[in-house]
Parts: sequence; C-alpha cells; structure tokens
Amino acid sequence: MKLQVIVTLKKDVLDPQGSAIKSSLSNMGFKNIESLRQGKTFEIILKEKDEKAALSKAKDMCEKLLANLTIEDYSVRAIKE
Amino acid sequence: MKASVIVFPGSNCDRDVRISLEKFGIKTSMVWHADVKLPKSDLVVLPGGFSYGDYLRCGSIASKSRIMKEVIAHSKKGGSVMGICNGFQILVESQLLPGVLIKNINLKFICKNITVKVINNKTNFTSKISRNSVLEIPIAHNEGNYFASKNLIDELEDNNQIILQYCDAAGNITEQSNPNGSIKNIAGIVNKKGNVFGLMPHPERASDELLSGMDGSLIFKSLK
Repeated sequence: MKLQVIVTLKKDVLDPQGSAIKSSLSNMGFKNIESLRQGKTFEIILKEKDEKAALSKAKDMCEKLLANLTIEDYSVRAIKE
Repeated sequence: MKASVIVFPGSNCDRDVRISLEKFGIKTSMVWHADVKLPKSDLVVLPGGFSYGDYLRCGSIASKSRIMKEVIAHSKKGGSVMGICNGFQILVESQLLPGVLIKNINLKFICKNITVKVINNKTNFTSKISRNSVLEIPIAHNEGNYFASKNLIDELEDNNQIILQYCDAAGNITEQSNPNGSIKNIAGIVNKKGNVFGLMPHPERASDELLSGMDGSLIFKSLK
C-alpha cells in the first residue's frame, strides 16, 4: 500500500521560508498570491494490504516522528495506483 | 561529580564541552548514541552540532536514538541534563523541555557573540551567577527561534522557567537584541522540575581566556 503524508505548519506558526518564497514569486511577476505556506510530503510504501491498518500505522508514524505536533499538522491518504 | 556527553553522528561540540567540564573538575565520559547503557552520571550533556545532518527537523532523529531512552529515564529520576544548541533542539524534540525551536526569523545562520541576561539563578545550572547579570557568549545556529503557545509562555514565566534572555550589553531585553525572533527573547529554559536545562548559546566556547572570554565558564562552575 502506497501512502502520502503531508506535514504542514499550523496556521498560527510563523513560516519565514513560506514568506520568502511568496515574495520571490511576487517579484517574478506572479501577482495576487494571498498566502503561501511551505510543508513536507512523505511517500511511504507499506507491506500492508488493509487500507485502514496502513493509514493508522502512518498516523502513528506522524505522531511519533514525522510531525512535531507543537507546530505542525499532518494528513495521511492512500494513493491508488 | 560525573558527567556523560552524548555523541551523535554530526555532533561537533562534544569534545569542547568535555574540555570545559573537565577544566572545572567534572569527570567526563563520552557516550555513543547507539549505546544502550548510560554510565553512572550526575549530569548528561547533549552537545551542539548537526546530529543526523539536521534531517527531518533539527534534533528529531537524535531524540529517538537508543541512548535517549536512558537519558529520559535519568531525567525522570531527577538527574541533571543540559542541552546546548543542537542539544536544546534534541531536548524539545524528546519533550523533556516544552516548546520548539524553529528557523531564525531572518532565515540566516547566525554565528556571533551575543549577550544574555540571567533571569533565574536558583537552578543547578546558574547558581554561581548573580541574578540579572549579563553574560557574553557566542551563538551559532540556524534554528534557534524559540516558539511556544501563549499559555505555555505564561506557564514558563509563572514557574520561573525562563533562565536566559537575549539582551543588549546594558542588560535591556529589547527587540534589537533578539538575534533570532525567539518569543520573549528566550535563550534558555528549564523544565518544571528544574533538572533539565536547554540553551542556544555555547558556554563551552566562552570558557577559556585565550578564546572568547570566560563568561560561559560561570555555567560550568555552577553545575552541581
């Protein structure tokens, strides 16, 4: 089972990298960018056939290592091939 | 007094810290991150550096290394732990200290001497320093911007857990003297019990007359 994990900064956490990217895009001529936040994605292939079990394992990984819950949120989804 | 310095792949201040500890009479052993047993120690030091290349988040992978189980157990029994720079990042990732250290607000790696004010000297890490004194100690980090929720900051203040704050040479805690954007100019905190101390400045780099002064040595002299 292939899974995608997305980790993003929580809404009220300052994202200086996101702001720098946003201002660079504006300077390049991309106008009307309201907001830009940077995050991380992880692609995980699990030896697991059951989707529910795979998702719950990935959530556990997020809580224990992939995300720092003080400042980050995560989402997990299965990728159908 | 006995100390253990934990060496992670990518630690680079481990030997400097050992020299400083030994200079002030603390017998020190070096402990590899993959070891399963911590030698009998009164103090564990997590040194500065770039453990695991700062992959994922600074300190996150080191916080899950084998020896950290022992370090956490040592701290739960009341043993002292001091994390310097990357060591501080490992302590927040291990949840031995609250909050988190994010990228410096100016997005730059900052390597320079700064001044910090000692806010609380009633700890095992600052007992030989007078309260409100100003120390000049170098910082060298990219992720030293201390962040925590408002409730947590209130709690840190109520429990006198803020130990060091960035300040100007006269001791004024101002926005201009905040190098990295840390909330409340926080440079160092302790846990509620007071036995775990994390700080971004490098006291081991200010513990020799021939290098950048002796202000950092006050922390090593305080250790008990």
